[in-house]
Amino acid sequence: MNDASAAAETGTGARVPLGVIFWTFLTAGAISFGGGVVAYLREYTVSNTKWLDDEAFLDALEISQTLPGLNAVNMSVIIGDNLRGIPGAIVAVAGLMLPGVIIIMGLGAFWREQSHNPQIKAFLTGVAAAAVGLLSTVTLQLGHKQFVKPLDLTIIAATFISVSILRIPLYLVLLVIGSAAVLLYRPGAKHEKLEERARHLRERLLHRHYISLRH
Amino acid sequence: MAKLLNLTWVFMLLAILAVGGGTAVLPEMEHLTVSQFHWVTKDQFRDIYSLGQVAPGPNMLMVLLIGEKMAGAMGALVVGLAFFLPDCILTLVANRLWGHFAGSPWRTAVQHGMAPVAIGLMLAGTYAIARLSIFNLISVLIAGSIFALLLWRHINPALLVLAGGLTYVLLPHVVHLFPH
Repeated sequence: MNDASAAAETGTGARVPLGVIFWTFLTAGAISFGGGVVAYLREYTVSNTKWLDDEAFLDALEISQTLPGLNAVNMSVIIGDNLRGIPGAIVAVAGLMLPGVIIIMGLGAFWREQSHNPQIKAFLTGVAAAAVGLLSTVTLQLGHKQFVKPLDLTIIAATFISVSILRIPLYLVLLVIGSAAVLLYRPGAKHEKLEERARHLRERLLHRHYISLRH
Repeated sequence: MAKLLNLTWVFMLLAILAVGGGTAVLPEMEHLTVSQFHWVTKDQFRDIYSLGQVAPGPNMLMVLLIGEKMAGAMGALVVGLAFFLPDCILTLVANRLWGHFAGSPWRTAVQHGMAPVAIGLMLAGTYAIARLSIFNLISVLIAGSIFALLLWRHINPALLVLAGGLTYVLLPHVVHLFPH
């Protein structure tokens, strides 16, 4: 809670009214089309209102990513809670979701009425295909550090194969691979040193290749 | 009533398992709602997912439509609460406890360990949507060109999603090479 009051002080210098929190998250929720809600939240809560600084925002994102649930919703809970406690968290989440809830329900009604319209079906198939392109990029960007680390890449592959190919229930995957991964990263684990050595070897290998290519 | 209870526990389970966000839980959601309980067909699941892409806010609001299809407005409400409330409460509690673990090396262990698991789950989620939507040349072209475009520069994803939908509708009329 300390960084919360600190953030509030560096910002407005007074308690942020609940109505303002609601309105701010409502705006973020209404204009964040096509995902990327977290980026909009950063713009509204860090850049525009200065409710929190980048450091506090990253702290909140760190918690959100570690916990289950959607990042944007978890972020709203944390920012709202830090500003005004539980009522703040409630109005933040309500504001974030309300526009989407109204629009998705409207779209759903339209979709049910048009369920036999081949144009609508084709449009939605195209949207899903587009989402595949989008999700691939997001996954690659989020995981750019993990994809190049042998240990992480192994965990990624094991998770993907268990879920998509072996069709193991998700709770088992999280239980087994999740705890194995945390144990591999347990405090004082030796692998960091091993990875460093592996990186060294790789660099030396590259270096050697580079030299052999030059000569 | 039994239907509402079923919806509640399935979506609460999905909420708790959603480590790494909404995409991470898509394969399990598809498995439970399509294969196991037959609440929606594969095509309907894909359509509902796409509607979530078109609406603003979190894409996963699409779960409301699964609830609505099963039990009307009450179903949407129940699914919404079941899917979003548990994680909100968990986050609230964690936010207040997080500082206590500031110095704990286990906090970093959990973060470092779970990061690649979350990435693997996102890959699995992407693969699940791909299996539902990529089955001809047009869909491959749409997904591939959007992937390439986004690697090249940042473009508002909403525009790309709409462009993907329109391409799928219009391209067969423009080019008669692809049977639709």
